[in-house]
Amino acid sequence: MTGTFVGMPAFPTAAREALADTQLRHNLAHATGVIRGKRAAVVGEVENWEDLRLAGAAVKDRALRDLDEQLVRLEESLTARGAVVHWARDAEEANRIVIDVARAHAVDEVVKVKSMVTQEIGLNEALEAAGVAAWETDLAELIVQLGGDLPSHILVPAIHRNRAEIREIFLRRMGEVGRPAPDDLTDEPAVLAGAAREHLREKFLRARMAVSGANFAIADTGTLVVVESEGNGRMCLTLPEVLVSIVGIEKVVPSWAELDPLIRLLPRSSTGERMNPYTSTWTGISPGDGPQEVHVVLLDNGRTRALADDVGRQALRCIRCSACLNVCPVYERTGGHAYGSVYPGPIGAILNPLLKGTGDPQTDSLPYASSLCGACFEACPVRIDIPEVLVHLRSKVVDSHREDRIPKPEAIAFRGAAWAFADERRLGRLEKLSGVAGKVLRRRSPVVGRIPGPGAAWTDARDLPAPPTESFREWWNRTDGGKADG
Amino acid sequence: MVTCVNDAMFPGTGQAVVRLLRRLGVEVDFPQAQTCCGQPMVNTGYLDEAVPAVRAFTRAFEGYDAIVTPSGSCAGSARHQHQIVAKRSGDVGLVAAVAETSPRTYELTEFLVDVLGVTDVGAYFPHSVTYHPTCHSLRMLGVADRPTRLLQAVRGLRLVDLPKAEECCGFGGTFALKNSDTSVAMGTDKARHVRSTDAEVLVAGDNSCLMHIGGMLGRGRAGVRVMHLAEILAATEDQPAEVAR
Repeated sequence: MTGTFVGMPAFPTAAREALADTQLRHNLAHATGVIRGKRAAVVGEVENWEDLRLAGAAVKDRALRDLDEQLVRLEESLTARGAVVHWARDAEEANRIVIDVARAHAVDEVVKVKSMVTQEIGLNEALEAAGVAAWETDLAELIVQLGGDLPSHILVPAIHRNRAEIREIFLRRMGEVGRPAPDDLTDEPAVLAGAAREHLREKFLRARMAVSGANFAIADTGTLVVVESEGNGRMCLTLPEVLVSIVGIEKVVPSWAELDPLIRLLPRSSTGERMNPYTSTWTGISPGDGPQEVHVVLLDNGRTRALADDVGRQALRCIRCSACLNVCPVYERTGGHAYGSVYPGPIGAILNPLLKGTGDPQTDSLPYASSLCGACFEACPVRIDIPEVLVHLRSKVVDSHREDRIPKPEAIAFRGAAWAFADERRLGRLEKLSGVAGKVLRRRSPVVGRIPGPGAAWTDARDLPAPPTESFREWWNRTDGGKADG
Repeated sequence: MVTCVNDAMFPGTGQAVVRLLRRLGVEVDFPQAQTCCGQPMVNTGYLDEAVPAVRAFTRAFEGYDAIVTPSGSCAGSARHQHQIVAKRSGDVGLVAAVAETSPRTYELTEFLVDVLGVTDVGAYFPHSVTYHPTCHSLRMLGVADRPTRLLQAVRGLRLVDLPKAEECCGFGGTFALKNSDTSVAMGTDKARHVRSTDAEVLVAGDNSCLMHIGGMLGRGRAGVRVMHLAEILAATEDQPAEVAR
């Protein structure tokens, strides 16, 4: 299990359910609309935004091209500064490393910085099974955790909740795991944030161990970078004695200089801010200041598989800004849960199959969860051509079924299309048949109301024009290219 | 290139293109060997199945100065996907043929504005119209304001802004069937925005998107007509557009 919500159905089924959730639809349309507007405004004021995108993509491409060397350099730099570097092939290995560190220090709780990678590997669940409580300290992650819920957005994981629901969750659950919410809690955002702050403060001051991810890892110096908005990350990264950071191997950036375009692209693309509020950087251990035991877990978990895919590897440039989610017309309507993964939206639709490989029906449905409108590519700060990768992954899904003993009806249909489109005479004969059908149907109505079978997916909600009595081809031949047409 | 959808379902659009281009002094031919650009297969993942269509395309359009099509999506397919299909086929002859045809393929408004250098095509269409920029023409080809410049020059036409115009209508080829619920949810919003303009006609440069939006408007008995841009640009005082189809 890596990053997939257990037992999720394929996208079309999950989407159908999500689309019927009126509260979700309303929350999402509002929230994505607000973020879209903010992003558009701050991106619009950067004159050389396209150059910045190109620079950001180039930095990530360079790092990925020499990934092996960059990682070894990162390890050397980190080790030289007193950090302990671990390598984890998959989720299980990474979780085991964190649990071992927790056991070595006999802690029964850790505070957490918001991190996608720890969700990808299911760290909280693994820690819980080992008797260690993991406290999410990012406000939205706290809401998701207290609500016994799943994140539905990369940046704003509780985007599917409104403030009335959040008040409910705080009142009901905070007391069970720590300082309760005040009885007179209102649904004012500042009041809710105040309750979270007081609830979390006691955990920050008590916890002896913290777990984080990293937005970037600078190979040159061994510096890790965490970008956040609430200051909770800064608390986790400085107060506890022990810090474990789990870093996907694609997070490596060769040098400080090359961090520059990325750190400028990220806030404008994600939160719609010109500059990020809290940017924490740390380089191994600083004697007498901050955690005195620092572990870094370098995680593969499918990334080398993605790297081996010549079209798909561009997805490893992703800096988790979530701009693609906010502009996606599919995501805006279905929300994140329908994607069945901690990585939802357009980037999730390519990242999940790239990390896990095709073969599972849920994963295989994700590349099809897009109308290929291209809004994601346009918004992506590191120019990941998501539609290109989606189409590529669709071909991988199809290719994986080419040896099926009983082909799917769709495969038979497309083989038929290939046959018809190979030769215009075949197509012409089919058009003649369609013209006959058109003559019959048009006697009743110019539109087809409802048809049975797979076509019902169209006509359940849309009219379909009846075929014309004459195709263009027939018209052209009958009228000598239109010249004989009155 | 008339496109398979227009050939089989919307012959009026192809006829309009022929009329319009002839009026502008272009020598127009319809090479019989054309079938489909291959996009339905490619976008569903059936790359091998797209090879015959791409082969037919290169055979049909060999030797012409320009390949003009009333579809942003099919032009995008010829320009951006044919090479992927050709490489997959392993046929170096096809790779070379695609390198010839791809750069000569134009979406209709690109051909009118960039190649012929016209925005006023002498059309007459005395109706209120709202324009939906299709995703592939907008983001894959970058046609920008070419279609609206052409529409603004049409005599009698009143162009009304479509709210959230650049948002996808939800068609997306086989997406409309494989994810019909999401497709319909997107189409419902698009239809709502179209109706909010009170325009008589919704116009776009791609009949496949129009089949979806028009199908939703029609099912809702919205009383809004959908038309391909070519049919408006072909209409004149002497040869007005048909009132209904």
